[in-house]
Amino acid sequence: MYKDMIGKQSEKVKNVVERGMVKRFVESIGDSHPIYVDEEVGKHSRYGANITPPTFPRIFDYGVVEGLHLPKKGLIHGEQNYHFERPLLVGEEVYCYTGVKDYYEKKGKNGLMGFLVTSRYGEDKNGNLIFTEESIVIINEAVREAMKV
Amino acid sequence: MKQLVELHTNDSLEVTLEPVSRMDLIKYSGASGDFNPIHTVDEEAKKAGLPGIIAHGMWTMGNLSKLFTPYYEEGFIQDYQIRFSGMVFLQDVITLKAEVENISDTFSDFKVKAVNQHGKEVIKGKIRFSKY
Repeated sequence: MYKDMIGKQSEKVKNVVERGMVKRFVESIGDSHPIYVDEEVGKHSRYGANITPPTFPRIFDYGVVEGLHLPKKGLIHGEQNYHFERPLLVGEEVYCYTGVKDYYEKKGKNGLMGFLVTSRYGEDKNGNLIFTEESIVIINEAVREAMKV
Repeated sequence: MKQLVELHTNDSLEVTLEPVSRMDLIKYSGASGDFNPIHTVDEEAKKAGLPGIIAHGMWTMGNLSKLFTPYYEEGFIQDYQIRFSGMVFLQDVITLKAEVENISDTFSDFKVKAVNQHGKEVIKGKIRFSKY
């Protein structure tokens, strides 16, 4: 059922790298370094502003791929890859969207496992790419069966 | 502190975290917006067939990159690739490790991983640190 979704994408959604969100995020991973949270340190850094750690794009809104329904429970996060052209800056606008890159099935010890590969993108307001993200989630047979009901 | 550019092949960075607490995971749920209850509510974890709540994979991945935070004047994390290979439970003691694999003029490649108190790898992957 996910095969048909390959190639589909969401509409772009405007996000803002909010200072308060960055502060709370870095606290939650024990990484409250001044380069992320201290305005003066950011201003005098080579970036001219505070930046974010690489997994911060986790919190952005990427919009919805029409017709893509994921189970609320039972997903296993298999892999996560990020590529950055540069670090994200606190305060900047980021235009985010997502798409289904691939879907395949493999025999595993819990039956036929489904692997859904999704991509996520973040661009600046001129359409220049800032980062891409690729994520693989594993959906087991029992969960897929339950969704057909 | 050494600069990252002074590290040689097979040199490594390492930090051991405090034991994982429920509050760590509650905070990450709030900060990340991932409120899947298997990370915070015991009954929901049990219903999902787990022995107890488990950390978000992204919490561990988020922690691991902090080995590189002090070096942002020298460069930035260009690529960060992770495979989730084990679960992290409450009270687990996680050690974060990065080992230099390859160095060029423009980047340094690291093998990175987080291991638990039994020496089991819970996440594993690579970081390419791009140098200015």
